[in-house]
Amino acid sequence: MTAIFKRELKSYFTSSIGYIYLGITLLISGWFFVANNLYYAISDMSYFFANLTFIFIFLVPMLTMRLFTEEVKNKTDQLLLTSPVTVTQIVIGKYFSASALFGLTLFITMAYPAVMFLYGDPLIYSILGHYLGFFLLGSSLIAIGVFVSASTESQITAAIISFVVMLFIWLTDWIASTITNEIFKKVIEWLSVLKRYQEFTTGILSLSSVVYFISFASVFIFLTVQTIEKKRWS
Amino acid sequence: MIEIVNLTKRYGKKKAVDNVSFKVEKGEILGFLGPNGAGKTTTMNIITGYLSCTEGKVVVDGLDVLKHPEEVKRKIGYLPEQPPLYMDMTVIDYLDFVYDLKKIKLPNRSEHIAGIMETVRISDVSHRLIKNLSKGYKQRVGLAQALLGNPEILILDEPTVGLDPKQINEIRNVIKELGRERTIILSSHILPEVSAICERVIIINNGRLVASDTPENLSKNLSNSTDFTVRIEGENEKVNQVLNTIEGIEFISSKKVEDNIFDYFIKTYESDIRREVFFALAEHKMPILLLKTQNLSLEDVFLKLTTVEEAGEEVEKTLTEEAPSEDANTDANTDTEMTAKEGTDNDSDI
Repeated sequence: MTAIFKRELKSYFTSSIGYIYLGITLLISGWFFVANNLYYAISDMSYFFANLTFIFIFLVPMLTMRLFTEEVKNKTDQLLLTSPVTVTQIVIGKYFSASALFGLTLFITMAYPAVMFLYGDPLIYSILGHYLGFFLLGSSLIAIGVFVSASTESQITAAIISFVVMLFIWLTDWIASTITNEIFKKVIEWLSVLKRYQEFTTGILSLSSVVYFISFASVFIFLTVQTIEKKRWS
Repeated sequence: MIEIVNLTKRYGKKKAVDNVSFKVEKGEILGFLGPNGAGKTTTMNIITGYLSCTEGKVVVDGLDVLKHPEEVKRKIGYLPEQPPLYMDMTVIDYLDFVYDLKKIKLPNRSEHIAGIMETVRISDVSHRLIKNLSKGYKQRVGLAQALLGNPEILILDEPTVGLDPKQINEIRNVIKELGRERTIILSSHILPEVSAICERVIIINNGRLVASDTPENLSKNLSNSTDFTVRIEGENEKVNQVLNTIEGIEFISSKKVEDNIFDYFIKTYESDIRREVFFALAEHKMPILLLKTQNLSLEDVFLKLTTVEEAGEEVEKTLTEEAPSEDANTDANTDTEMTAKEGTDNDSDI
């Protein structure tokens, strides 16, 4: 598992994709920070993260699209699946590598609140909540991307499908608001990852939300494992 | 060492591997032959645990592949048809990764990797990116990957494809060398290769096992015919006349070698008529320059075995001739279609 994790992480940077991802994320987030926080001289990072969430609809597919499609294309999946590792270990290794790169970028953006702490006194728990929530949200989206990558044949298909799925997730709250059936509405609201994420932004660490995100990612990792296993049995 | 019991793999309705059973003893080099799409790769993929079988089982060293996948996979080094290489890695990084991936625990890691690179002669490209290597080198990196950790069993799917003759020779020697202490299953299209390296050959056709023996026995058993080729000096017509007087000849075909010298392939009704031919020709003062019995090479055996049962189906085809050839829904139909093609091929050969 660690071997796969290390190789994947490294391969983000031996191909251009890691640099493109890092570059785009940091450039856009930097601009959001300037536009939302520095320009208006406010320490609340809600707008910053709200904007960043939207950008991640595009960025997550970039991280995950090649994870499994490339293996199948180069037939390297034969190497992985005939090695003494389980499919679960392969999937988790890959998932962690994408999450690690995502976490790394997020870590770099911590420079922005650091700047604010130099000149003011922002609400630290709210900012930490934002970061933790955003990391969990992103990791859940990555799990979806990993699943899509294992279910499709080419990188482009994987990217497009992941993008559409992310878009729907982004729209869940809006969709929920248009539904009149109370029960149905409740169900959709409960499923909404963005609603859960909002809880963190108030600076409250809610255990149920943490569990929710971890379960969310686990379900998709489980589905990914099943998809790969199914290919071998068909 | 490896035991395959009633292995069947179905893709939808099509049976890629159909009730195949065989055993491979420890230290044996087994050749795996078959035309394209016969099920060689599928069988190998099942043994290595890449695919699962529909029915039957594979037992490696007493362990069922499906029940103990990790233990079995540790024992096997596998070189698939297309070497599983990460194009964006250097050779040494790649082998390093595979070493970790296979959870190999040897005391001298870097020496082990260097030794293997030496064996397959890739030390000079160890720091180059795999995507920039030639096909021959890629193939050898693939082989190096399979050798990492000194697995007891090597499964090589067409290991010499894409190599130049010199490299082929080198790799063959490497495989022979390795075969001394290891069990090897090797698939190949190149028949001389199989007869040169392998102690035993398995021929598979349409997913079914059609033969399993040593290369020598295979050609011996199947070449019990009394057909022979004879080179005779004399006018073609006259020679034919003389030969036609001899009883027991099914048919004769001749081929010109030089002026007035012809090679005659004589197919007999399973009786040895070489003496009769000699005396008949001697009587007419027609010297025999050469006479050789038709010894089947492994190649002939292979063709014979992989087309034999289809001959039977050809009859079926003539009986049900109205069956439209486009309708390939059922296995039977596709089979007869193939037969028809192969049948004509054979005719033109004669």
